[in-house]
Amino acid sequence: MQYSEKVMDHFMNPRNVGEIEKADGVGTCGNPVCGDLMTFYIKVEPRNHDPHLARIAEIRFKTFGCGAAIAVASMASEMAQGKTLSEVIAMSRDDVACQLDGLPPAKMHCSNMGVQAIQEAIKDYLTKTGRHDIASTIKGCPRAVH
Amino acid sequence: MKNGARQIYLDNNATTPVDPRVFETMRPYFSEIAGNPSSIHSAGQQARRAIEEARARTAALLGCRVEEIYFTSGGTESNNITIKGTALAQDKRKKIIASAIEHHAVLEPCIYLRRFGFELVKIPVDQHGTVDLDSLGRALDDNALLVSVMHANNEVGTIQPIQEISKLAHQHGALFHTDAVQTAGKIPVDVQAMGIDMLSLSGHKFYGPKGAGALFARRGIRFDPLVHGGHHERNKRAGTENVPGIAGLGKACEIAASDMAEEELRIRGLRDRLWQGIQGAITEIRLNGHPDQRLSGTLNFSVRYVEGESMLLKLDQEQICASSGSACTSGSLEPSHVLLAMGLPHDLAHGSLRFSLGRFNTEADIDRVIEVLPSIVDQLRAISPLYKK
Repeated sequence: MQYSEKVMDHFMNPRNVGEIEKADGVGTCGNPVCGDLMTFYIKVEPRNHDPHLARIAEIRFKTFGCGAAIAVASMASEMAQGKTLSEVIAMSRDDVACQLDGLPPAKMHCSNMGVQAIQEAIKDYLTKTGRHDIASTIKGCPRAVH
Repeated sequence: MKNGARQIYLDNNATTPVDPRVFETMRPYFSEIAGNPSSIHSAGQQARRAIEEARARTAALLGCRVEEIYFTSGGTESNNITIKGTALAQDKRKKIIASAIEHHAVLEPCIYLRRFGFELVKIPVDQHGTVDLDSLGRALDDNALLVSVMHANNEVGTIQPIQEISKLAHQHGALFHTDAVQTAGKIPVDVQAMGIDMLSLSGHKFYGPKGAGALFARRGIRFDPLVHGGHHERNKRAGTENVPGIAGLGKACEIAASDMAEEELRIRGLRDRLWQGIQGAITEIRLNGHPDQRLSGTLNFSVRYVEGESMLLKLDQEQICASSGSACTSGSLEPSHVLLAMGLPHDLAHGSLRFSLGRFNTEADIDRVIEVLPSIVDQLRAISPLYKK
C-alpha cells in the first residue's frame, strides 16, 4: 500500500483525537463490519441566531480503521476546525483526499468518510437545536449508524 | 521512522529470503552453464544434469519417484495444473471438492471450471480451521473427481488430517490433491504414507527462489498440460526450464530434508516465546488457528478494537514486517475468507495480525516485537471508538 507522506504524517500523528463530553453534535460513519468506523464530536459557536454563520469551535474524533481512515479523520478535523457550518456542509470527500495528496483508489470509498461523519455531527446539532429544515438538506453519511 | 534499524522480517509464510547455500547452487546456471537442457551439446547436458539432480532432491523430500516430479513456476501453477488438468483429462466426474479455507490458487481454478460444467463443493472448517470430515463424507459420491485440501493453511497454520481425508476421497474413487506450499520443507511430507495423489510445492516458501515450484503427480494419474508447445517435463509443461530456479529449488529441498527437525523445534520455541510475550502484555487478544496442530512458525491472532492494516503500518515504521487478514490488506472489501470460515466476526477478522517465523529469525527479533507491539496497540486503542477502558 503506497500512502503519501501527508497520509503517513496524519496517520502517525493524528490531530484532534478524543471525545467532547458535552458535545453539541455527534456524528458517526461506517461500522466495524466493513472495517472502518469514525465518530466526530463538535462544539459549535453560535452567531446571530443564524446556523449558517455558526462556527466549529472545537472538533474531536475517534477512529477504528486502516491507515487511510485515521489520516482522513485527522485531516477532515483540521479542515473543519474554525469553519462555518455552511462551509463544512459544502466540503466534499474529494477535498480531503486532495489535501492528503491523494489516496490509493481502493481507499477512496471505504475509508474516505471523514467529511460525511462531520456533516452527521452538524446534522445532529441542527436537529437538537430545532433546525430540522436545514438538517434535512444535509446528506451526511450514506449508512449512518446512530 | 527509526532509520538504520535492522529490518525484522516476520512474514515468512508470504515468502522467504533465499538461503545463501541455495544462491550459490544457482549462481553458475545464469552465465557459466547457460545451455538449454534440451540441447545435446555439453553446455546443454550440464544444465540437464542440474535439473535431474534437483528432481532427485525434490523426490527425496516427498518420498516419491523422480519421474513423479514436474517442475513448474510455483504453487499457483501446480494447483492450476492439478485442478484444470485432471478435470479436463476425463469426462465422467464433474464434482471438485475443496475446503473453504483453500488458497485462491485452488478456489479460483475451480470457479473457472464451472463454465465447463464442473461443480465446486466447499467443505466447512471448525473454529480452529480443521476440515469437517463429516461434511466431506457427505459431499463425496461417485461424481467426485478431486478432493483438494491444503496440508497447512497459510494464514493460521492449521495442519489438516491429510491421511483421513485422502482415505475418504479414495473410498469414493476420487483423486486427492494437497497444496503443501506451507509445509513442504518445513514438516515431514510423505506422499505414500499420507495417501497423496497430487501435491503442489513452491520453492520460495522454504528459502528457495521465487518462480520455481513443483507438482508431484502419482504415476498413472491422467492430467492435461496447461501450456502446450514442447516435450518438456514429459509433455506436461512446455517451455525451456528455469534451470537456476530449479537447481535452487533442489538445493532448498536438500537443506530442508537434513535440517527440518532441528529447525522446526527452534522456530517453535521462538514462536511460543513471541505468543507468551504478547499475551503477557496485551489484553483482549485471541489466537486464530489450531492450538497445537499448527505450523511451528505461524502465529495469527486478533486484537480487539483495532484494525490490522494500521497495526502493520506502525510495525513497519519500526522496521517489522508482518501481515494481516483485514480487508485493507486483501485488496477487497472483505476480510480474510479463512478467518470468516472459522467463524470469526468481521471486526476480529479485520483486527487480525500474522507473524510467520523462519530460518533467519532470532530471539532478538522476537523480543523487539514484544517490546514494540503493546504500545502500538495502546496507541490505536486510544483512538478507537470501540475501545472503552
